[in-house]
Amino acid sequence: MSWIIRPLLYEFMQRGLLASVIVGILCAVMGTYVVLRGMAFLGDALAHAILPGVAIAYLLHGNLLIGAIVAAVIIALSIGLFSKQGTVKEDTAIGILFAAALALGVALISTMQTYAVDLSHILFGNVLGVSSLDLWLTSGLGLLILLTIFLLYKPFLIISFDPVLAATLRLPTELLRNLMLVLLALTVVVSLQTVGVGLAAAMLVTPAATAYLLTRRLAPMMILSATLGALSSIFGLYLSYYLNIVSGSAIVLTATTFFLLAFLWKRLQSLPSKRR
Amino acid sequence: MSHTPHRLEVQNADIGYGDKTVLHDLTFHVPHGARVAVVGPNGAGKSTLFKALVGLLPVQKGRILIHGLPLNAHKDCVAYIPQREEVDWRFPVTVNDVVMMGRFDHQGWFKRPSRNDKLIVERSLSQMGVADLSRRSISDLSGGQQQRVFLARALAQEPHILLMDEPFTGVDVTTQEATLNLLDDLRAAQVTAMISTHDLNLASSKFDLMLLLNHRLIAFGKPDEVMKQVNLANAFGSHLTVLLDGSVVVDNCCPPESN
Repeated sequence: MSWIIRPLLYEFMQRGLLASVIVGILCAVMGTYVVLRGMAFLGDALAHAILPGVAIAYLLHGNLLIGAIVAAVIIALSIGLFSKQGTVKEDTAIGILFAAALALGVALISTMQTYAVDLSHILFGNVLGVSSLDLWLTSGLGLLILLTIFLLYKPFLIISFDPVLAATLRLPTELLRNLMLVLLALTVVVSLQTVGVGLAAAMLVTPAATAYLLTRRLAPMMILSATLGALSSIFGLYLSYYLNIVSGSAIVLTATTFFLLAFLWKRLQSLPSKRR
Repeated sequence: MSHTPHRLEVQNADIGYGDKTVLHDLTFHVPHGARVAVVGPNGAGKSTLFKALVGLLPVQKGRILIHGLPLNAHKDCVAYIPQREEVDWRFPVTVNDVVMMGRFDHQGWFKRPSRNDKLIVERSLSQMGVADLSRRSISDLSGGQQQRVFLARALAQEPHILLMDEPFTGVDVTTQEATLNLLDDLRAAQVTAMISTHDLNLASSKFDLMLLLNHRLIAFGKPDEVMKQVNLANAFGSHLTVLLDGSVVVDNCCPPESN
């Protein structure tokens, strides 16, 4: 059993593991709405759009998470602004903004001397570089997001499943939808540290999609998704430690393996009785 | 106020999407507890009317009053049963979950369902004959069962006005009967019901009032007043054939899907 303990003797590994588990759970829970409401492209775009904020924070020697939060909020609001008057379709607006932000981010990072290393950390995460402050920010934001999702479970369920009912019930649908966008942006920001901007979308979508295959109610889907997210983070981090590969990739590939297993199981199950 | 307000009043209303107006200058009053069939050719604006009554579409001109008050003054007094294509049937919810959503306004945002809520959900489910399905996922149900689940949800809402968009199209006989039985129960409970349908026979035989639409109000009144050749010709135009013996055939079958 010493192979389980050994990595944890390092303090940076403890912090890294804790951060990955928080991010795994958070992304997975938020991810259920991303999957059910078809917001995967938006999640991916937000993740990339954060890059310039991170780069600027890095250049100014500020905190990367705070730079990311500022960038995410600006981008989320701009997407709303561009697509509001209907001049540009929403997915077109997302596509333009996310490519531009990514280009700006890379341009800024390319001015740094340690360009290659820094870029790879930002793109694919650097779990082992999680500071105590990062961990506090991650936990705080994570708790806030999970609490909001928990408290607004019923209205979020109704606006996602049946927007018409939401309207007849006079729910503030526009407000709730924007709140969900902000929660998504914050989730992406938090996941930056562990899986990076390149792979945040995978952590949002993959565990939730796996849980979608195996459950038939929203609450169990969230719980299973969170469990899978946490397990992917733990297994992924150990894989990364022993195989010496980038932690973000290891975590995402573990989550993908869970998905493939669930997919195969579902397929095998539906084979004998041709029932859909 | 000297007179009791009508339950539902539409006054000179223009309704549409964006700049486009689908329904022009609509005026009618539905008395308390009446059962109204909304008929007209495809694309005549039946769904548009319902969306405006629910509050999904703004009224461009004129106004809609319920119990003498504007739409936004009410919470949860209108229940709407959407066409089945409008619902994501792969969403992970059970039958019980869906019907419980109808109790949202009675529970508020944060409270859990009360004993009373649960009782009402159970009663609604058994009234629509789907009590044994309550734990099933909605994706497992047949089309008719899915519709009865939504009827049960509308019941659980305890509305004053119930709107149903094409509940008789593409469902089995059991569901049609369950829907008609529900309408009888609703009449007893003084609930006003407006139902859009393609079935003119059903509309004229089972409803108190008919509302004939084609981008404007063609006729509104008792079925024998509305079902006149001149009205039908105005509404259906070339889809109308007058047979030699004077009877009228409306070619209303299999219309193309619109909005």
